Amino acid sequence: MKTVIIKYNAGNVQSVMYALDRIGVDYLYTDDEAEIRSADKVIFPGVGEASTTMHYLREKGLDKIIPSLKQPVLGTCVGMQLMCRFSEENNTTCMGIFDVDVKRFPATPGIKVPHMGWNNITNYKSDLTKGLIDNAYVYFVHSYAAPVCEYTVATCDYISPFSAMLHKDNFHAAQFHCEISGDVGQKILENFLKR
Amino acid sequence: MLTKRIIPCLDVKDGRTVKGVNFVNLRDAGDAVELGALYAAQGADELVYLDIAATVEGRSTFIDLVRRVAHTINIPFTVGGGISSIADVSALLHAGADKVSINSSAVRNPDLINELALEFGSQCIVVAIDTRCVETSAGVFEHIVHTHGGRKPTELRTIPWAKEVEERGAGELLLTSMDTDGTKNGFALELTSTISANANIPVIASGGAGNMEHFYDVFTEGKADAGLAASIFHFREIDIPDLKQYLQNKALPMRMTK
Repeated sequence: MKTVIIKYNAGNVQSVMYALDRIGVDYLYTDDEAEIRSADKVIFPGVGEASTTMHYLREKGLDKIIPSLKQPVLGTCVGMQLMCRFSEENNTTCMGIFDVDVKRFPATPGIKVPHMGWNNITNYKSDLTKGLIDNAYVYFVHSYAAPVCEYTVATCDYISPFSAMLHKDNFHAAQFHCEISGDVGQKILENFLKR
Repeated sequence: MLTKRIIPCLDVKDGRTVKGVNFVNLRDAGDAVELGALYAAQGADELVYLDIAATVEGRSTFIDLVRRVAHTINIPFTVGGGISSIADVSALLHAGADKVSINSSAVRNPDLINELALEFGSQCIVVAIDTRCVETSAGVFEHIVHTHGGRKPTELRTIPWAKEVEERGAGELLLTSMDTDGTKNGFALELTSTISANANIPVIASGGAGNMEHFYDVFTEGKADAGLAASIFHFREIDIPDLKQYLQNKALPMRMTK
């Protein structure tokens, strides 16, 4: 099996690679179209700002390649947001795989933004969450989120409910960081990589 | 519900954890990677590794340690100690750290906070503030930022400095009260509460934890988002699973792993 982690100007993806090492999955870290297209599984990680990242993806043609992929794709954090239609983060047009707009958490007295730390996810409807206990905790760091929509396969509540995970056809996405979400995150990655 | 976080802090020298009441009399609490993995397995929500030697020679040892920690544990961890440039941060993040903590270098050059936030994103920039309550020349007591392990006072007042580092792009504050640190009499509740209520970023409280109730107090009265401690965990005066169970029983949101 061939797993590709898409290389772009994302911040720290080292922890994603280490997570795959722990699971025992070999991977290729590349932005080469042929390599990406020939992979069995594709991971699209993300740490960064939406508009800069989209700009880079366009320059590399990745904004067209990623939505056209047929194999299972998993986007995480900003990777998930860029798979949506639009992000309020610097009013960025994204790849539009999921027909939903990413919005900033509304300013709410006494509640901090970013949403940073461990929060529980609920209402699982994903193959990736198989075997998880109810209300499993995962690690979030984000100021923008996709509202609950028809593609939502797990929700989280911060200020109001939002999409913790999305799924459409071969595309999966998680707002949280699977790679540092303890045994729960590891299980989700294993479900994606090994099923 | 977003949980309160329990964070063990591992002071590291030559790849091993050390913690003493002062740094002259170092006590050895074991291998830094193994201890971190143990804490992660016990349910620690994050880890902090501080390179207390932070010498040029020690830096490559520390980066190697960061790499081994990142390979081993599956929870977030922050590294700090002697970080003063974009290159330092880049090397540590590249080795697998999730966040970096800066302290003296932010005091010396506050623009560094802006530069790091722009380069790497606020989410991975923690600004550590060591504070001590001192009597000023005017005879009033004020919270003043200290550097050099809390020994050297600066001109900065703690409360406005905390706000300034947030405005400059810090993603998190690590507030250590040098007045309570090492006392085991509890966290500096009033100051932590003031700073946390003022901040729109998470505040990690540090310094003074001696029992489980102190954590309850800092999360309620102190309004902290996370509580950090070192020796009480290293010497097993408090076990993390017991602590989290205790706090959950008192209706605080906790990530229970067992």
